[in-house]
Amino acid sequence: MSENIKQNYLNHPKGLMSWLLTLDHKRIGLMYLVSGILFFFLGGLLALVMRMELAAPGNDFISNETYNNVYTLHGAIMIFLFIIPAIPGALGNILLPLMVGAKDVAFPRLNLASFYIYSFGALFAMYTIINGGVDTGWTFYTPYSTQSTSNVVPMTLGIFIIGFSSILTGLNFIATVHKMRIPGLTWYKLPLFVWALYGTSLVQITATPVLAITMVLLILERFLGIGIFDPALGGDPVLYQHFFWFYSHPAVYIMILPAFGIISEIIPVHSRKKIWGYKFIAYSTLSIAFIGFLVWGHHMFTSGQSVFSQIVFSFITYFVGIPTGVKIFSWILTMYKGQVSFTPPMLYALSFLFLFTIGGLTGIFLGAVALDIHLHDTYFVVAHFHYVMQGGTIVAFLGGLHHWWPKTFGVMYNQTIAKICAVGVFLGFNGTFFPQFLLGLRGMPRRYATYSEEFVELHSYSTFWSGILGISIFIAVMNLFWSFIKKNKVDPGSNPWGAMTLEWTHTSSPPHPHNFEEEPVLEHGPYDYDKVIVEKTYK
Amino acid sequence: MLDRLTEYFFPKQVSTFAGDIDNLFFFIFYSSVALFFIVVFGMIYLALKYRHKKGEELELTSSKDHSNLLESLFFIIPLILVSITFVWGIRSYLKMVIVPDNAIEIKVTGQSWFWTFDYPDGGTTLNELVVPSNQPIKLVLSSKDVLHSFFIPVMRSKMDALPNRYNVMWFDATQEGVYDIFCTEYCGTGHSQMGAKVIVMKPAQYEEWANELGSDDDSVPLDELGAKLYTKKACNTCHTLDGSALVGPSYLQTSQMWGQERVFDDGTSTVIDENYIRSSILEPQTQIVAGYQGVMPTYQGLLNDRELDALIAFLKSLNEDSQI
Repeated sequence: MSENIKQNYLNHPKGLMSWLLTLDHKRIGLMYLVSGILFFFLGGLLALVMRMELAAPGNDFISNETYNNVYTLHGAIMIFLFIIPAIPGALGNILLPLMVGAKDVAFPRLNLASFYIYSFGALFAMYTIINGGVDTGWTFYTPYSTQSTSNVVPMTLGIFIIGFSSILTGLNFIATVHKMRIPGLTWYKLPLFVWALYGTSLVQITATPVLAITMVLLILERFLGIGIFDPALGGDPVLYQHFFWFYSHPAVYIMILPAFGIISEIIPVHSRKKIWGYKFIAYSTLSIAFIGFLVWGHHMFTSGQSVFSQIVFSFITYFVGIPTGVKIFSWILTMYKGQVSFTPPMLYALSFLFLFTIGGLTGIFLGAVALDIHLHDTYFVVAHFHYVMQGGTIVAFLGGLHHWWPKTFGVMYNQTIAKICAVGVFLGFNGTFFPQFLLGLRGMPRRYATYSEEFVELHSYSTFWSGILGISIFIAVMNLFWSFIKKNKVDPGSNPWGAMTLEWTHTSSPPHPHNFEEEPVLEHGPYDYDKVIVEKTYK
Repeated sequence: MLDRLTEYFFPKQVSTFAGDIDNLFFFIFYSSVALFFIVVFGMIYLALKYRHKKGEELELTSSKDHSNLLESLFFIIPLILVSITFVWGIRSYLKMVIVPDNAIEIKVTGQSWFWTFDYPDGGTTLNELVVPSNQPIKLVLSSKDVLHSFFIPVMRSKMDALPNRYNVMWFDATQEGVYDIFCTEYCGTGHSQMGAKVIVMKPAQYEEWANELGSDDDSVPLDELGAKLYTKKACNTCHTLDGSALVGPSYLQTSQMWGQERVFDDGTSTVIDENYIRSSILEPQTQIVAGYQGVMPTYQGLLNDRELDALIAFLKSLNEDSQI
């Protein structure tokens, strides 16, 4: 027995090939995690370069051309190489089979293939950087992208390839959720992270093909001169915008739904309280995933689409807002009559609630057509989507990493440093992005390398705090990795937060290579803190 | 208080609808601040009140996980607020799209990386849009190359300039002055520098300025250029100006039907506007007016954009009395 416990997925089997050719979802998840974090740092570095340039009005640091490359790569890397693949690919892969009590995902070989497809696509993106970058913005709007002499083709080809990885991972997760649950683990007993991954996967397999087709059409137009989007060839650039946002708006939900799932796990566990409104959170995930397909036109309020379309898209946009709002209230009410601990994951979850609420509410401003016309393509939009994507998704991701770190690696990080960093991320983030709302209201456009004197105060403020934000995130991640060097091991049976889901109650930390030594038997629901006391065992 | 906040948050209010848009902003702003404080104070209150104190035993916690009253409130209150926002947003928006009949029309062309303005009485300016105050100005926007977007923060208005169609925006400036114009659709290296100014003058002063500009010889007004092209490009062989039908429909009839539906031989129809005229010159075979034969050749490549603009301006200027 003791021999068995020492054997875990990290040390068995050994050797480089056992990692490169692994079919184990946990190892594949780790490979996603490592590459995801590398791209996150690369994208973050590019962001800091941008903030340096924007600290003062002129071209003091880099030229217009360099700036355009830097902001394009920042967006493309963060979205296509980090946020979209990394949360489902890393946390989803590691946790989904454990949470449903399965030995692995439904199609382990396909899972490995997904990772290599992602890596192959990432190579194209890296080639783009080495070969001089790309300057079209991550949106690749035509006809600029058909005419630009930068590396549009390698980058879009990379995105096209990575899309297949998204589709296959989504397919794998859907099959796993449907077919691999242990007996008794009915839909309403699933942890909400599983519901979130399920909703994400549905969007991935339905929306990603549209992006793939768009990228192929763009590449064909550049290579063969077929007029699809470029008016000089008889095409229509607004058609491109419709295609692009038909994917990229649902992609917002690919990015935020897993974060909702993480928050739905962290808050009940660290509050030791049954989650408020389980069914509502579960169904709103699916309804948000569906409505997300019907609102793409709100990215095009100034493109000259018909007045009728403007009204319809504005109307439907508000229907996404309402279920999201009720979710936020549910997470907060979960703490009612609980036993709340201010652990590092919980601090990240609370700061998620604060930041995401701002992100969501500022979306209401942008959904009102008359106001959006003033705010469209200004820093207000930049601040809004960073509050959603970074304040929401990335803060939740950091919370999730801190929550499942002892489970995944069997080591505990320094919790004091982790808490200080969580506060640093919160302050640095607000300091960086809150001034940008004001910049946008005052009329500062997006994607400007230089700007007029009137905006300098807010910009330099934003740059200063971005340094704090960058340092906090860097130390937070280093603190996690430091736990390997310090060998601050936790006992294999440790359940430091007193969580109730199968990955904590039925397998060791780190988990056994085959997840569970025997098929787990479900004893209680994921958040039954009103029925069972699960001790917080640590060490 | 509100005035000072408006000054802090926004650039000056110079268009007739700017005040309304700022008020909409403050309605959403105050509602959001209220909701935000409910969320944050609720969160802090619950987290502190139910915090797990050191040494406290772990207990079974409450099984309460829903409250019909609270959940209905969470649903209904935001629903009411967003409904008001939606309706307000649309009402203000309609003011921004319905161009008053007496508007002066100025053609705006974006090109990497500058703006040109063609005035109704002839003359062109570069990166300086000169307009009279207290007079609706209609801007017809297009681009010569990639996408651009024409943004005047003080007017709270913005519209994309596209290379293959015309977009329209309008404003009525209430105060004289010089204000910023920005390009807000990324257009390459010079995007950050693609700024211009709008100069709002008193009407009398504008009149003077426009007369001086119009006397420029090398810049013929759009509709005059259009009149020349009408014969030069042989439009007159098939289209009359007096309402009678030849091989094709008369320009006069088309001009009189401006803004109305035109029915085609396949039963479909479209509203006659700048985009329709442009496409019927460049792609005459795609929509054939009911009762006529599709015999017109394409003018793709034979007319440049300014010439197309000129023909459209000429067609719009027609009425019963005009004869050439």
